[in-house]
Amino acid sequence: MKIAARHFDKMTIFDISGDIDLATSPELRKALLRELRELKMPRVVLNLGAVRYIDSSGVASLVEGLKASRDVGSRFILFGLNRTIREVLQLSKLVKIFEIYENEEQSVAP
Amino acid sequence: MLCVVRHALGQLAAMLGFSEPECHAVVLAVDEALTNIIRHAYLGDAERPIEASFRRIHVQREGQGREALEIVLEDRGVTVNSKKMCGRALEDVRPGGLGLHFIRESMDTVEFSRRKGRNQLRLVKFLQVQGSQKGS
Repeated sequence: MKIAARHFDKMTIFDISGDIDLATSPELRKALLRELRELKMPRVVLNLGAVRYIDSSGVASLVEGLKASRDVGSRFILFGLNRTIREVLQLSKLVKIFEIYENEEQSVAP
Repeated sequence: MLCVVRHALGQLAAMLGFSEPECHAVVLAVDEALTNIIRHAYLGDAERPIEASFRRIHVQREGQGREALEIVLEDRGVTVNSKKMCGRALEDVRPGGLGLHFIRESMDTVEFSRRKGRNQLRLVKFLQVQGSQKGS
């Protein structure tokens, strides 16, 4: 997994690629919690378009990010979910609790 | 190493005739099972051995002969705590506890046992007969 961050005035976009699994999800979790809990970024957007696979530990990291965003009053947005990622989120029954858009333009709109 | 197993298993499942969503389901189930073994049986040590066998089997189900993929995973870790293996209510939105739910949703048979100092997990996924769906 690779994470690249694009920082803006009141928003950070993470471009994530590869597999989010037991070995890599701690890095994602750390990046999300730093942006939300420490920097209190008003909007954190995850571009998952290049993610090939996500397991339950990856989903757990996304849930932690969502909970942190609620704690600090930020928006936590996902976009670019391919079929595999969407299937896993649907399987977890958590797909409805996330703010999900099709593309970046929708995700960064005011 | 998990990504290597996922790739190989995905190819195996496709070769046996599983559809793409079914291949994803089998890969997810085995990945989650291996993750659970590392976390719970080996207490986070990813270097300990896990034995895995994959077999195409023919079984009788509902009066019909069915083809299936049988996967058996064995480890020499601590006895799995049944309380840790019960999953959680999905309405409870919190991180963790999803792995077993994913395994049960993805596979047709999920059996845990402890034999001769080893934990054994047996998973079975039936090949779909054309025109039928899981649960129908």
